[in-house]
Amino acid sequence: MSRPFIEITHLRKLFGDVVAVDDVSLQLDEGRTAAIIGSSGCGKSTFLRCLNMLETPTSGTMRIGEDEVEFADGEMIRGADRSLNFRKSMAMVFQSFELFPNMNVLRNITLAPRLVKGMRRDEAEETALALLDRVGLKHKATAPVTELSGGQAQRVAIARALAMAPRVLLFDEATSALDPELVGEVLAVIRDLASEGRTLLVVTHELAFARDVADTLYFFDQGRVLESGKPEVLMENPQTERLASFLKRYSGQV
Amino acid sequence: MNYQFDWSAVWDPAAWFGAIKVTLAYGIATTAVGLILGLILGLALISRFWVLRRAVALFIGLFRCTPALIQIVWFYYAFPMVLAVNMPAWLAASMGLTFYMAAFSAEIFRGGIQSIEKGQWNATRSLCMSPWQAMRHVVLPQAFRRMTPAIVNQSIIQFKNTSLLSVVAVHDIMFTASSLTAETYRPLEVLTFASVLYIILIWPLASIAHVVEKRSAQGRTR
Ligand SMILES: Nc1ncnc2c1ncn2[C@@H]1O[C@H](COP(=O)(O)OP(=O)(O)OP(=O)(O)O)[C@@H](O)[C@H]1O
Ligand SMILES: [Mg+2]
Repeated sequence: MSRPFIEITHLRKLFGDVVAVDDVSLQLDEGRTAAIIGSSGCGKSTFLRCLNMLETPTSGTMRIGEDEVEFADGEMIRGADRSLNFRKSMAMVFQSFELFPNMNVLRNITLAPRLVKGMRRDEAEETALALLDRVGLKHKATAPVTELSGGQAQRVAIARALAMAPRVLLFDEATSALDPELVGEVLAVIRDLASEGRTLLVVTHELAFARDVADTLYFFDQGRVLESGKPEVLMENPQTERLASFLKRYSGQV
Repeated sequence: MNYQFDWSAVWDPAAWFGAIKVTLAYGIATTAVGLILGLILGLALISRFWVLRRAVALFIGLFRCTPALIQIVWFYYAFPMVLAVNMPAWLAASMGLTFYMAAFSAEIFRGGIQSIEKGQWNATRSLCMSPWQAMRHVVLPQAFRRMTPAIVNQSIIQFKNTSLLSVVAVHDIMFTASSLTAETYRPLEVLTFASVLYIILIWPLASIAHVVEKRSAQGRTR
């Protein structure tokens, strides 16, 4: 049986008349990284948000491992009993971090494991400290999140996502809100995760990073996947005018 | 101006002590119950069920747009009659003020909860927390901090509004002041003294607000 670990088929999402995601299909094997690029408003965030069910897809099928859900006419028509499992198998890292400002770093990380997984406090804290150590922030465990730099906050957010032991991590422009000198420290963490065999779906504007870290690259345009394949192939030999001009624009900026 | 102040008119410690206790009891009770009720109504205002939202909005509108004095009188005299129940006087007297507090604080809670960014909800949902867990651990604590000044303000108004209860014969500070005035014909002395009492009772409440505001401005964590 060699079906891919993640399989999204014919996913669509409409906001009124606006087609934000238009018939997107995507497959990803376990331990691989897919990067999604495309210009502003092409539906990258909406796609990730549908996957994480922060938005209800209008139609399409999504499967991770054994958990499959299907949508039609904006409603879930199959897999309702699997949907919590489906959601538990991934965690998202947001552009604006979204740490909880009413608690310190450690509690940001332990909150969901304790509430959702019923983990004991000492156990949750032990895991959290190990994760903080991984992202190089063990010394910030008791700091209020308001005292963190953007780069530190995003690394805490990654640790928080990892604490749920997700099978897939979703990154929505994780470095776009950061000062340029802080981008590197966050990309380094994501790179580590990729190389240790995690399954990642990364929306990014960092083309060099995408090329480096991704096994498959998806180019979104007006809600559709216009091109997909090996990053070096796409980038060196774009088949569409849209991708060519997108690459020109973005690599020109760096 | 040759008015001769005669402060002996206010000398009635037993009456004042009793009055202070009554004002404090009604102030604290109607504020506390009003806040709890207000939180529930505030949550109802943002619920998914439009019938509930409409009903609660109507209830709140009625209480926000009528004078507290009329509410007190109405609940004291008319409400038990309409329902044909025997209500203890203290309960009938406090209902109007409690609902008044509930109506205003419901709007404060609604605003506070809705001021929390959508992204915070997204984060909790992505972590598979339930909406209720998100509300309790993430949204409400942040909302409370933002709402503290407004809640304290409303509580101060509420404490002062307990003076309106004197019209339904609740023996509070205002009631005591009125009866002493009637006995002594010394309204200036008596009312001035009553004001001093209100200031002493309410001022600490305002100071608490400042402390809390300062702490939340520093983004302290527990
Ligand atoms: N909640 C919403 N309601 C209505 N329209 C929306 C909503 N969210 C997104 N859209 C629309 O869907 C389209 C795709 O938006 P999306 O945020 O997914 O783009 P994006 O590729 O992430 O862009 P960016 O690079 O700017 O983040 C846009 O046209 C946007 O206006
Ligand atoms: Mg986006």
